[in-house]
Amino acid sequence: MKPVSRLAARFDALAREGRAGFVPFVMAGDPDYETSLALLKALPAAGADAIELGVCFTDPMADGPAIQAAGLRALKAGQTLRRTLALVRSFREEDDQTPIVLMGYYNPFHAYGVEAFVKDARAAGVDGLIVVDLPPEEDAELRLPARAAGLDFIRLATPTTDAARMPAVLKNASGFVYYVSVAGVTGAKTGEAGAVAEAAARLKAASGLPVAVGFGIKTAEKAAEFARVVDAVVVGSALVERLAAALDADPGRPDNAINPVLSLARDLGGAVRAARGA
Amino acid sequence: MEKPNSYRAGPDRDGRFGKFGGRFVAETLTPLVLALAEEYDRAKKDPDFHRELEYYLKHYVGRPSPLYYAERLTEHVRATAATGKGAKIYFKRDELNHTGAHKINNCMGQILLARRMGKTRIIAETGAGQHGVATATVAARFGLPCVVYMGATDVERQKPNVFRMKLLGAEVRPVASGRATLKDAMNEALRDWVTNVADTFYIIGTAAGPHPYPMMVRDFQSVIGREAKAQMREAEGRLPDAIMACIGGGSNAIGLFHPFLDDPGVEIIGVEAAGLGLDTGEHAASLSGGRPGVLHGNRTYLLQDEDGQIKEAHSISAGLDYPGVGPEHAWLHETGRVKYVSATDREALEAFQLCAALEGIIPALEPAHALARAVEKAAEMDADQILLMNMCGRGDKDIFTVMDLLGDDDAPR
Repeated sequence: MKPVSRLAARFDALAREGRAGFVPFVMAGDPDYETSLALLKALPAAGADAIELGVCFTDPMADGPAIQAAGLRALKAGQTLRRTLALVRSFREEDDQTPIVLMGYYNPFHAYGVEAFVKDARAAGVDGLIVVDLPPEEDAELRLPARAAGLDFIRLATPTTDAARMPAVLKNASGFVYYVSVAGVTGAKTGEAGAVAEAAARLKAASGLPVAVGFGIKTAEKAAEFARVVDAVVVGSALVERLAAALDADPGRPDNAINPVLSLARDLGGAVRAARGA
Repeated sequence: MEKPNSYRAGPDRDGRFGKFGGRFVAETLTPLVLALAEEYDRAKKDPDFHRELEYYLKHYVGRPSPLYYAERLTEHVRATAATGKGAKIYFKRDELNHTGAHKINNCMGQILLARRMGKTRIIAETGAGQHGVATATVAARFGLPCVVYMGATDVERQKPNVFRMKLLGAEVRPVASGRATLKDAMNEALRDWVTNVADTFYIIGTAAGPHPYPMMVRDFQSVIGREAKAQMREAEGRLPDAIMACIGGGSNAIGLFHPFLDDPGVEIIGVEAAGLGLDTGEHAASLSGGRPGVLHGNRTYLLQDEDGQIKEAHSISAGLDYPGVGPEHAWLHETGRVKYVSATDREALEAFQLCAALEGIIPALEPAHALARAVEKAAEMDADQILLMNMCGRGDKDIFTVMDLLGDDDAPR
């Protein structure tokens, strides 16, 4: 029998609990490998139901200033995709339940070599991939090899994904569907809850998969609002901004930046967890 | 690699030239590039579109641009070449276009498309500022608001063009990320586009980006090669033996080259920017010094490290200062149809001065790279042969850069 993936198991559990999941995004290697690993290990206890781990890239065309800066900090500290897989391996020594999805741009995966990457990623304990610049039109590049290796390849749907295009986007989707709440870059505007609810319902019906929403969700209130209408809420820029502010406040002590991030994660995770009871 | 029946058949319907090209963009932008490809297909079949484009190219841009025999430069080459050597050097004078470079050929085509699609806002990226100026120009002509993204470094080194864009009513937004040059400007333009999907048309300036841009830009620039072919037949009764052009993203080069690709007697040479030298790592020669990867919507040759991180390019010429190259060039490189060589900052600077002194033409630093290799190439060719070089831009914008490098106290030679 095919083993149930960590993503499927986690979303099943969330459905049984009748609540949405909280999915924090952090950049692997930001601000350095050790701090990033410590943060990653502490996130599940702070309420992370799954983790989106950013793969740094010099040219993040869909990211706003906060995540651009996070990627640059990681690059400056010597982060590479190889080290990101090492980070996941270390995390997996202690946590075999929390799904990890890598999110990034195609070129680092391309440079690693697709066949070698999907094998190594699977072995490291990665569960899924979100590759921003690989639309369904470029499926042969990485989605097919990733699926063959047992990794979920998460589709992005956006406000520009119209009804005519939806089947192409959802065909072969796996894991969950990531709904980008608004046309724009990360950390800027966010979508309006009514429109997001409608889009999420359509995506869920058409794909049979859980739907996560992200982009521009910065407050516990907004996270809770979305948690009532989708299966998971992704927060990235707000956490990364908190990290950046803490690093600025105490430049010599990156370890001191961990707690402020976890504290915000607990607030957001708590709001998501409680949303449907409210 | 197997030799194709024609070098002019690409791209395929997925936007591929061999394995290069494609549509590597975020989902938000994918429907937009698909719609653009559809509209461009319709426009290509519409005689009204061609008539309109031809009208503006003739009466507004000033086409056809002249074909010019660079007689004194040819004499200069022959003076030091071996007996019987020294090809006739011709310039295709696209620097005489309105706005001073070939860039407007493409901008005119794209803004007419934008109008067909009902788009009401124009964005562009620019390096040297030539594409920015050309975009601002057509935006002014058709009364559309225009935002130009330009690396902060380039804003500094291309001040005359920044002022020109502002005069034309464009908003110039300096981009401070990365090394603050063309690549970073393109990232920021893509971020704008992904945010303003409904009303905005992105006029990409080079033959790169997601399909259909590389094909579309090539088609609009191919007017250079089509004219040159006819003009050369008229002047010499035959085609040239070699044609040359500089390559950053490669739009002027593909424009000159494409109509000649299936003429096997024509040797085709592209000249990349070798910056401080290929062995220094400080250059912009992605074909000579890079390897295939994916950036800005297409698979092509890129300057990148082991981890796939994009390296910063370096060139004296802001227009060539880009770590990638158009996908069709990547394919022509791998098939061997076009030979790609390079010229350093210093060589370009020397050619810049040589051309001004001998021909009374101040070239842009970009074609000065092609000229540096063209002079060398001509000296190796027989005296009854012909070399054609694309003079794709004029050097007015570069005089301050060159003045800083040479000093302005007296004439350099």
